[in-house]
Amino acid sequence: MTLKSIIALGDAQVGFRGRIQALSIDGSGTGLPPQELERRLIELGFVEGANVELLHEGLFGGDPIAVRVADTTIALRRREAMAILVDAEGAE
Amino acid sequence: MNVATELAPVVALVGNPNCGKTALYNALTGGRQKVANYPGVTVEKKVGRLLTPAGRAIRVVDLPGTYSLRARSPDEEITRDVVLGKLSGELAPDLIVCVGDSSNLRLALRLVLELKRVGRPVVLSLNMMDIARRRRIEIDTDRLSRELGIPVVESVAVRRGGTGALLGEIDRMLAKLPAAGQLQWRAPDAGELRGSQREADRILRATVRSSGQRDRGTAAADAVLLHPVAGIVILLAILFVMFQAVFAWARPLMDTIQDGFAWLGTAVQAQPLPDLLKSFLKDGLISGVGSVVVFLPQIVILFFFILVLEDLGYMARAAFLMDRIMGGAGLHGRAFIPLLSSFACAIPGIMSTRVIDNRRDRLTTILVAPLMTCSARIPVYTLIIGAFIPDSDVWGFVGLQGLVMFGLYATGILGALGVSFVVKRLIWRDAPGEPFMLELPDYKLPRLKSLAIGLWTRATMFLKRAGTTIASMMVLIWFLASFPQPPAGATGPAISYSLAAMLGSLLQPITAPLGFNWQINVALIPGMAAREVAVGALGTIYAIDGGEGAADKIGQAIAGQWSLATALALLAWYVFAPQCASTLAVIRRETGGWKWMWVTFAYMLALAYAAALITNQVARALGAG
Repeated sequence: MTLKSIIALGDAQVGFRGRIQALSIDGSGTGLPPQELERRLIELGFVEGANVELLHEGLFGGDPIAVRVADTTIALRRREAMAILVDAEGAE
Repeated sequence: MNVATELAPVVALVGNPNCGKTALYNALTGGRQKVANYPGVTVEKKVGRLLTPAGRAIRVVDLPGTYSLRARSPDEEITRDVVLGKLSGELAPDLIVCVGDSSNLRLALRLVLELKRVGRPVVLSLNMMDIARRRRIEIDTDRLSRELGIPVVESVAVRRGGTGALLGEIDRMLAKLPAAGQLQWRAPDAGELRGSQREADRILRATVRSSGQRDRGTAAADAVLLHPVAGIVILLAILFVMFQAVFAWARPLMDTIQDGFAWLGTAVQAQPLPDLLKSFLKDGLISGVGSVVVFLPQIVILFFFILVLEDLGYMARAAFLMDRIMGGAGLHGRAFIPLLSSFACAIPGIMSTRVIDNRRDRLTTILVAPLMTCSARIPVYTLIIGAFIPDSDVWGFVGLQGLVMFGLYATGILGALGVSFVVKRLIWRDAPGEPFMLELPDYKLPRLKSLAIGLWTRATMFLKRAGTTIASMMVLIWFLASFPQPPAGATGPAISYSLAAMLGSLLQPITAPLGFNWQINVALIPGMAAREVAVGALGTIYAIDGGEGAADKIGQAIAGQWSLATALALLAWYVFAPQCASTLAVIRRETGGWKWMWVTFAYMLALAYAAALITNQVARALGAG
């Protein structure tokens, strides 16, 4: 696995499948303190190792996105999804 | 309530949103509460009592859905405080039932691990087992119970007897209830959350076998319903059909109700009673209440749509589709549900803003919620549209009256978007937006029973209002319109000597530029109690003013006496006016003070006056005066 294959989920296209490598929160541009955003993402199941698939996106700017995380579908904005680093090659 | 049930053990139902917790609560207690798919729709604390199979009286508390005890919204704070026994006046639960959706256990298991730290006995109820089995998901409940260290039972809330195992376990656990353990819970940090989710994932892998496939029906439906373009087109089409249905479908039933009340009035008229009493019963009570009850079919149809969409799981999709559009106006995607509910009534809409975590997002939503066209405006709109807008078709298939109605709804929506835009961009422009994160649950067919319970609750609430608040206002109006009685030998209509006429004339200088006459002024005053009262009030005023037969035909009466400009100005007024005391009271309660209530009242009044003024003046200039 090379470092290049890691992208932010917020940059992914519809149909992308991958595995979460890390949560990297700098908190810029979101309405929450970084720690709070991290905890909310984890509570919705975004933890390292979980499989994700980008299912749908909205009309304007491809935002928000609907993401399959393990057995759950979560809607969120790309801005917050930038904190979720995923690796396409890590997927099963 | 006797002492035995007052002291009965408390069983708290906790679970993720959409886990079927409320359905389970209904099944356990036979409670009258709606089941919904939208995360966080269960806002209020619900306590039901029941007897277990062993004859033990228990109390069951249904708590708002949550992913964690780390409360992020007022809604989730209730859950946290009840579970931790912190809520004043509420006993700490003796037993916690964690409800999990069997086909989606991952987040529920993490919640279980957190709940175990509360120091109370916990049982995991694997709910919706029927759906999990159909999807060939196999759960090793014994192993799951060993891994978690707590009892695990299966339940199917929507099937008769589907709660037997859970009730049996509740009985067993309450029989040998240990002393309350140590409260070990504290708000977990990111590291702890991560650790417990990993542990939950490990347990899940060891105990649950599933194909990992999405629910096929949901995947297929979402391919269309969440399509960037088709999804929005379908959403708009659904809303449009909804509003047309409110008018077209309700018509025959409304005619029947109208005929019924007219018959009642005639029957009273024929009785050998004093004239004043007859006038009170027929013109005050029967025509007043009748003119409001007639709108029951429309309200039931509107709620039918809202409840079905909620139970289907479509509401969360609607929030997804609308997030960006609403975001442009400074509203949070989650505000979609409260605002949509406000089309029925602003009160439940404002109360459901508790699902919005951020205080400013929540306040903005509360401010604009009353601009959504609530069902209480329908009577007023219908009356005026019926009287002034011809019942013809445009483009061959769309009714003109329905189109005007749609326009009024659209004006309210645009007004709300405009106000929230101004608030967000001018007043709170420094605050960054709250994240939009929302689970999109699998679609589920609405259950007829829960739908029926929901509609029944709404209909009885409306009728109760019509029977109490509205009826008493009608009596007051009748009194104002009947006294003092005209002097002997008076030539003008009786009402022009009454208190009502005096009040109406007092307001005349203020409302004259809007084109309102004194009859409208009089109707607007009791309309503060509830918007639809204005219709009944107009009926009362014109019934007395116009003599026999006019009460049944308020529309004809106003069509003959108002100009089109006046009618349109009144419609514009009603789009914006803060004509509802109960809504203002709820705003005060939900925002914790008078300030936002007065802000809402003032800005709506200003908008209403401006809108009516412009409408009247423009319409007159165009020759509709």
